[in-house]
Amino acid sequence: MTEAEVIVKSPVAQAISDIPDPEVPVVTIEDLGILRHLEVDDSSRRVLVTITPTYSGCPAMEAIEHRVVHEAARHGYTCSVETRLSPAWTTDWMSERGRQRLREFGIAPPEPGASARGSGPVALSLQVRQVECPQCGSTDTEELARFGSTACKALRRCRACREPFDEFKAI
Amino acid sequence: MNAPRSSPLRSDTSPGPHEAVVGDPVAAQYLQGLADDALVYAQRLGEWISRAPQIEEDMALANVGLDLLGQARALLTRVGALDGTGRSEDDLAYFRDEREFRNVHLVEQERAGFGFEMARLLTFSTYQCELYAALCRSSDPVLSGVAEKALKEVTYHRDHATQWVVRLGDGTEESHRRMQEGLELTAPYVAELFDDDEVSRAAAEAGVGVLPSSLRDACTSHVTSVVEQATLAMPATPRWRARGGRDGIHSRPMGYLLAEMQHIARSHPGASW
Repeated sequence: MTEAEVIVKSPVAQAISDIPDPEVPVVTIEDLGILRHLEVDDSSRRVLVTITPTYSGCPAMEAIEHRVVHEAARHGYTCSVETRLSPAWTTDWMSERGRQRLREFGIAPPEPGASARGSGPVALSLQVRQVECPQCGSTDTEELARFGSTACKALRRCRACREPFDEFKAI
Repeated sequence: MNAPRSSPLRSDTSPGPHEAVVGDPVAAQYLQGLADDALVYAQRLGEWISRAPQIEEDMALANVGLDLLGQARALLTRVGALDGTGRSEDDLAYFRDEREFRNVHLVEQERAGFGFEMARLLTFSTYQCELYAALCRSSDPVLSGVAEKALKEVTYHRDHATQWVVRLGDGTEESHRRMQEGLELTAPYVAELFDDDEVSRAAAEAGVGVLPSSLRDACTSHVTSVVEQATLAMPATPRWRARGGRDGIHSRPMGYLLAEMQHIARSHPGASW
């Protein structure tokens, strides 16, 4: 788990870590870095979970929260889920396995190093970035739309294989 | 909107938006202004779905609105805790009347042309960038958390608006004319963003908020540089200017906006889906 703590990795912890993202089901909430803290107390049969949204208005948060509670209950645990905004989620928390799975699914993973650039207002980004096509690997790609099918993605097109694809925006 | 599940078991972490706090009416009113700006503009932006010049822009404006709605939800939940009433985000969004909304007039204005929307988005997102950058240091832990998160989002919004303003301004004769028209239409609503009032002064004093007037220079300078890059002209000082939104005095479109936003929740109180 990237930068999150696991106190005890038990079957219930594994089940919660393995919950797929509702919008991008090939990656788990652990892969995405949405799962920030997971603590299992076997004596009281309680699970404490902290999650963080990718974007403030991410509509998947409620589904994820319900699923966490459901997985805990399935293993005989009660569960408290806290949603925490700070520190703000960054795509740098995404695991290497998560990036690989996104690529295989046809989504270009986010560029690394987003958090190092800082979250303050940045200069205009009118310049062209190099993004690799998840289909054919060409870097000859262009942005079609800055906002894609979900808040966390942008839409691009590969000039080599002509396929459109989603890009996970680096933030 | 559903209220976030409370988690009374966590005492070792920073307070979440759900955590009840002893009343702080100044902070509550200050946060309510920020929340209402975001909420009302989210409602306006949602109107663009199916009406934007391209389907990509339907998505873009809906996504910008979604980010703002997320910010508003977290802030309103905090307002309900800070003002001591325990009202939920839904109570505050759907069951307050016009005079109880503290948003500026800019965000409540009716949707006009796409040029106006890009001028409004450039103005508002530039303001929000400066605002949230400063509020990352707020003494209110929830507000600083929202600001830190939202700053990334509004920076992207500002970039989006900038690209369009430059593209339209430095485009054809017709797109230049319409973009300039959009800037002129926005002009009377800009000054209000930077008005200090009793609430913002007290909030700044307490370290919770920032003085709106302290954001003016940075905002003007950014918008001016974009406008110049777009070969457009900054509008002359308008002959009248909007004021009073933070005191609950709104313009004609506000009542209609609220009627549309609130009528389902009020027609079916307590309904959930």
